[in-house]
Amino acid sequence: MTPLLDVRNIAKRYGARIGCADVSFDLYPGEVMGIVGESGSGKSTLLNCLAGHLEPDAGEVLFDTRAEGPRDTVTMSEPERRMLARTDWAFVHQNARDGLRMGVSAGGNVGERLMAVGARHYGQIREQALDWLERVEIAPDRIDDRPSAFSGGMQQRLQIARNLVTGPRLVFMDEPTGGLDVSVQARLLDLLRGLVRQMGLSAIIVTHDLAVVRLLADRLMVMKSGRVVETGLTDQVLDDPQHAYTQLLVSSVLQV
Amino acid sequence: MTDLNQYNFAYLDEQTKRMIRRALLKALAIPGYQVPFASREMPMPYGWGTGGVQVSAACLTPEDRFKVIDQGADDTTNAVSIRKFFERTAGVETTERTAEATVIQTRHRIPEEPLGEGQILVYQVPIPEPLRFLEPRETETRKMHALEEYGLMHVKLYEDIARHGKIATSYAYPVKVQGRYVMDPSPIPKFDNPKMEMAAIQLFGAGREQRIYAVPPYTSVVSLDFEDHPFEASKVDQPCALCGAGDTYLDEVIMDDEGGRMFVCSDTDYCATRRAEGHLGALGVPAEDSAA
Ligand SMILES: [Zn+2]
Repeated sequence: MTPLLDVRNIAKRYGARIGCADVSFDLYPGEVMGIVGESGSGKSTLLNCLAGHLEPDAGEVLFDTRAEGPRDTVTMSEPERRMLARTDWAFVHQNARDGLRMGVSAGGNVGERLMAVGARHYGQIREQALDWLERVEIAPDRIDDRPSAFSGGMQQRLQIARNLVTGPRLVFMDEPTGGLDVSVQARLLDLLRGLVRQMGLSAIIVTHDLAVVRLLADRLMVMKSGRVVETGLTDQVLDDPQHAYTQLLVSSVLQV
Repeated sequence: MTDLNQYNFAYLDEQTKRMIRRALLKALAIPGYQVPFASREMPMPYGWGTGGVQVSAACLTPEDRFKVIDQGADDTTNAVSIRKFFERTAGVETTERTAEATVIQTRHRIPEEPLGEGQILVYQVPIPEPLRFLEPRETETRKMHALEEYGLMHVKLYEDIARHGKIATSYAYPVKVQGRYVMDPSPIPKFDNPKMEMAAIQLFGAGREQRIYAVPPYTSVVSLDFEDHPFEASKVDQPCALCGAGDTYLDEVIMDDEGGRMFVCSDTDYCATRRAEGHLGALGVPAEDSAA
């Protein structure tokens, strides 16, 4: 079986400082990979390199494209990469405002990706938007409201709907529950877990919150100072951490 | 204004005109693509169509006959000023007759009478970027044009329908040119959009924003829409009160203090020509009586 994503020796420096270095891993269809670490561990840099937002200094990111099989997204042309970004990929930002159009209605936000790939039937676009609002537990009568009128949790759910509406094959998530109240986080996590299971999503989730990966991730990579210090099945890593840093991370969660 | 006579033909120096002509040729070669140009200060405010004036200046030759319309009318302050400007600086003949003009500068309308080969229509453009409404970043809109990422235009139309039940955009209605670039046709009424597939050359000048774009003759110009909300070149469902024309774009005119109103052709030359030919609307008077 061809991996959906085959990451080889990704490195990114900021001057003398290491953003991330020597990161390699595979992601198979239907798998969710969690990347954990403290802020400054390089996990966000890595995610941005994988999603094409940052150009790595070295390494390959081979994505199994529909048409041509594995292609290195680092060296492909910008138009091809942007095409992937609005079709087969999705990116959920920590701050919903970065991932939504605040001046556009909820329906327009969800419909944008559909229209970007050629949907030209208003009634059908609206129907799909309604369906997705329902799936992320937003009342249908909010479809014409702007996200600025939504709570933080609703905005994040809207961002998820907007990203998943075209059935992306790979979803990047950057701290999807960050900045939300604990009770709101719990609801969002339940929702995400449901969607991941129903849709068989392949995803890479970056977070500092071990509860998030415990619920969502099949496998885990622990990063420290730009490098991966431990990888394995999520339960294995969390229940029996081998690296001293992972042990510290896990115990600090237990203390909370 | 008297010392305008000391300026070069059509006010601009030859080097500037060459620069603008190069931009125009590039614009014609890539229909609908916005070409940057170094807009010059003109002796009039930006709102008066300095972009259009510079394009006209670069196109005019001493043999041309020049017409200026503002919302369809030849006699507004704006139209009269621009016409006088070129009478003085270029000494070209001017006319109010669409058929007789070789260069027509316009704000907000396309003449009703079909334009032919050999004519140039110059549009004054306030905001050339059709994507500006939803994407304020210039670097990003350029990329979207380059990569043909136009989904956002339909988001704008979607929002229209969601809010108003139909596409309420009635001016500056976005079009796709020759199947490639999405273009703002300037604030003409959408009634005029179908006319943009024409035999004449169409040039667009945005002075403040320093952009020129063009539609060559016989180029396809398609108004964006949805399958279930097709584009409609709508107008008021009435004939012109003066000439009786049923197929022209109408302006609403208040007649008296009691709120009396009538709808008349916005294209004053077209309306007058029809009346001269004997066409009469409900409130019209024969042409010789209204000659003043
Ligand atoms: Zn009339």
